[in-house]
Amino acid sequence: MNFYERMMSLDRRWVYLVIGVVVVMTAIYPFRVPLYITPEARSVYDFVESLTPGEVLMIGVDYAPEVMAELHPMSYAITRQCFSKDIKLLLCCLHQNGPGMVEQVVAQVAEEYGKVNGTDYVYLGYKPYPGITILAMGQNFRIPFPEDYYGTPLDSLPMMRTITNFDNVKAIINISGGSGTEYWINYANGRYNAKLAIGVTGVMTADYYPFLQSGQIFGLIGGMKGASEYEYLAEKGGYISKEKDQLVASKSMPIQTTTHIVIILFIVIGNVGYFMTKGKK
Amino acid sequence: MGTAELIWNGVAAFLVLSIYSFLYKDNPFYKFAEHLVVGVSAGYFAIILYYNAFLPKLINPLRAGQYWYIIPGILGLLMWARFSRKWQWLSRPTLGFVIGGGAGLAIPLYLQNYVLRQLSATMLPVGFTTWPLIRNVLIIIMVFCALAYFYFSKQHKGAFGGAAQIGIWTLMVGFGAGFGMTVMGRVALLAERVVFLRDYFATLLSTLF
Repeated sequence: MNFYERMMSLDRRWVYLVIGVVVVMTAIYPFRVPLYITPEARSVYDFVESLTPGEVLMIGVDYAPEVMAELHPMSYAITRQCFSKDIKLLLCCLHQNGPGMVEQVVAQVAEEYGKVNGTDYVYLGYKPYPGITILAMGQNFRIPFPEDYYGTPLDSLPMMRTITNFDNVKAIINISGGSGTEYWINYANGRYNAKLAIGVTGVMTADYYPFLQSGQIFGLIGGMKGASEYEYLAEKGGYISKEKDQLVASKSMPIQTTTHIVIILFIVIGNVGYFMTKGKK
Repeated sequence: MGTAELIWNGVAAFLVLSIYSFLYKDNPFYKFAEHLVVGVSAGYFAIILYYNAFLPKLINPLRAGQYWYIIPGILGLLMWARFSRKWQWLSRPTLGFVIGGGAGLAIPLYLQNYVLRQLSATMLPVGFTTWPLIRNVLIIIMVFCALAYFYFSKQHKGAFGGAAQIGIWTLMVGFGAGFGMTVMGRVALLAERVVFLRDYFATLLSTLF
């Protein structure tokens, strides 16, 4: 077995070991990664920035703990930006394992900014069948959610007195780790023409660029890279700070960078091995 | 970090390491963590569904005297007949209702938003004077070439074969972008867990010593 054949039959555990060593070393000795802000992430930030105090933004949080690494930082950064600017938030969850995710974000950030449930924000809770739930919300939020997550009737919440359906929210930002985004595009934007932006996992990002180009969504925050871009903008805007340990996604970016370099090297090595042994088979 | 948080984060750290131990080979620690995840997810989902759908959408209305809710209730119960070979035909009305309603709601909107809106997004002004206009030319050429690749009623030869070949490259670019994003997503999950482990062990060591 020559060098190239050995390269081709390398035990994958060596790949894991090298990546593991690189990841741990980068975690112990982090460095700052230069960041390029994509226009699609900036457009979400700029839109939230353009809102005035008292206006209502809706956030659909449709993810479970397995993708919180990528999506939780987005939720935190957007919520902090909104509460800093006194923008009212309407939140809902259409993922069965996600209700706790929303509550964790909104309860913590509301406490930081002294915001009151029912007055400054309303958490509608979870309902199954996202398509039907979104269609019903387009008519009236009270159809799928007669009560909020904590069991209070929506009509008795001060913030909901002027809110009936999507016409009363400035835009919807859907942060999703699954097929929920499809429903928001199809039903909220497609049926009710609601202004929509999305924050999705890295795996999903490529699939949703066509909707950005077609104008069905006005912004896209893609994966941890997108989350760190949003954190960067929010830090520049003074909404979050490194001293308070609020730059969560940005902390992981050095690891992401070094791991990508290692993976690219392994892809090059694998291809060199493939092409050098191709003629011999 | 308080003692309780330290203990619970310790459990989380142990489970993370148990899951990653699979990278070496299958082992009882991995099996335990995997089964725990599946069990907890299923149990959590069942409880969430009970309190957010079953109770407010069926039990509470029935208690309030809205007896017509018994109809969807019965339709739901009939779905359980699928577990019996003898009685599974009873679930057909429910399935028919779900499929009919779902298709009726989805088909027009999917056609509108996933086909027509995307088609209209390729009808763009073109030119060679500015980058956006050149980009529009590329989008249109690539869409036509990718469609040519999937046209099987004509042999892929000559100019048509060349277009289909460009179509393959277009698809490869799409798959490459998807693969790259997938790698980025998976590495992001690893990175966050490693940062969690680093912070946990740093806190643990500073607490102990």
